[in-house]
Amino acid sequence: MSELKNAILDYVKKEYLEEDDDREVGFDTPLISGGIVDSFSMVSLKRFLETKYKIQIPDAKASPEAFDSVDNIVKLLQEFNIQ
Amino acid sequence: MAFNDDIRTIFQQELDGIRTAGIFKEERIICAPQNADIEVEFPAGAERQRVINMCANNYLGLSSHPDVVEAARKGLDSRGYGMSSVRFICGTQDIHKELENKLTTFLGTEDTILFPSCMDANAGVFEAILNEQDVMISDRLVHASIVDGMRLCKAQQDTFKHSDMGHLEEKLQLHAAARVKLIITDGSFSMDGDLAKLDQIVTLAEKYQAMVFVDDSHASGFIGKTGRGTHEHCGVVGKIDIITTTLGKALGGASGGCVSGRRELVEMCRQKARPYLFSNTIPPVVVSGANAVLDIIAKTTERRDKLEMNTAFWRKGLTEAGLIIKEGETPIVPVMLFNAKLSQDFAKELYQEGIYAVGFFFPVVAKGQARIRTQLSAAHDQHHLDKALAAFTKVGAKFGILHKTKQQIIEQFGM
Repeated sequence: MSELKNAILDYVKKEYLEEDDDREVGFDTPLISGGIVDSFSMVSLKRFLETKYKIQIPDAKASPEAFDSVDNIVKLLQEFNIQ
Repeated sequence: MAFNDDIRTIFQQELDGIRTAGIFKEERIICAPQNADIEVEFPAGAERQRVINMCANNYLGLSSHPDVVEAARKGLDSRGYGMSSVRFICGTQDIHKELENKLTTFLGTEDTILFPSCMDANAGVFEAILNEQDVMISDRLVHASIVDGMRLCKAQQDTFKHSDMGHLEEKLQLHAAARVKLIITDGSFSMDGDLAKLDQIVTLAEKYQAMVFVDDSHASGFIGKTGRGTHEHCGVVGKIDIITTTLGKALGGASGGCVSGRRELVEMCRQKARPYLFSNTIPPVVVSGANAVLDIIAKTTERRDKLEMNTAFWRKGLTEAGLIIKEGETPIVPVMLFNAKLSQDFAKELYQEGIYAVGFFFPVVAKGQARIRTQLSAAHDQHHLDKALAAFTKVGAKFGILHKTKQQIIEQFGM
């Protein structure tokens, strides 16, 4: 589980933080409502999860709430039996 | 009556929230034509004050130029006040076609279509040319009107880090299978004043068979050796597939915008772009003024050259005075203050010194990036800039921020 969480967190930091951005991002940091990931950029996160874990996340499940923190994303992935 | 007290309260509370958050916008009343010197009433009802305008998009100083005003007046006499029609019913005059042709020649493209504003051009263009098989990959700092336009379009959306070509390339690889890939960027970014790396973007576009879209609203008329825009500056004239730009900034400053680019894409807009199809044609008086603007800037680069000199003086002066500015070469020169309240207080003090400039802070810019955005104009003469520089220096000294680092300013005032 912690491996999964860390992999997602690493991706979020690399993909969404600029080099000079020193904001702390943790497992429960609000990503979308906190202004780190905008709604357009969510698509890369969805694509990353689908490619890495070989799943298809239906649009209905890819809501801003479901992607709003690493913890929430992990919960979503559990629905696809990914631990 | 549906708008009862309960409903009114909902909106009053929402407005109170905006006030509490410190982001309530108030209009300054300008009691003069747009120029370097203006008379301002602020707050409403206060005594009018004569100030130097350092925040207009009047880059070439053509907003109140006598030749433009005269051309507009003649247009009013010869083609009337309004057209009472959208373009494709009975709203296209000879002068509208003349302006589209002049813009095509000036921008070095294949064809041009006018829109009521560049906001409308950006709102309409993506939906008109792309569908769900396509992908739009935009720089993360593009203008709000592009964001809105992308939202209206069914194509997939993705972004790349601001001006990060490595990240853009990753995204082009990620979306390799899309029918059409459209790279979207501003030419000159309106808050930071930096320029897109259009030469590198075009190289990547060619490598991955993508199209390129540039909003050059803060560049058309003055960026590049002859003022054609960011594509001229980067040596890629003829290689940008879609340029949107405005007539509301350097090009006369009245209103109107356009989509200019590949013939087929412009034609798609004529057939399908909703802001073109469903809103009124640009009025003849504005079109006539804009035609005169294009004539003036096609004849001489005098005004953009003066703007370039003003910009160099201003950037050097602020830096030597000990203020922190965003590096760059455009006439958008942000003076970095980092703290939101400081940016507001600084602007108030400047106003007392007869200088009109506006502080910007989150959410317009990122948190901790508050600033006063200054904008140069060819309408500024040396005495304007000398006075403005003296005021910035005086106010900077008053707040104790001259020759201080970003870290020191943040320590003193907070983020």
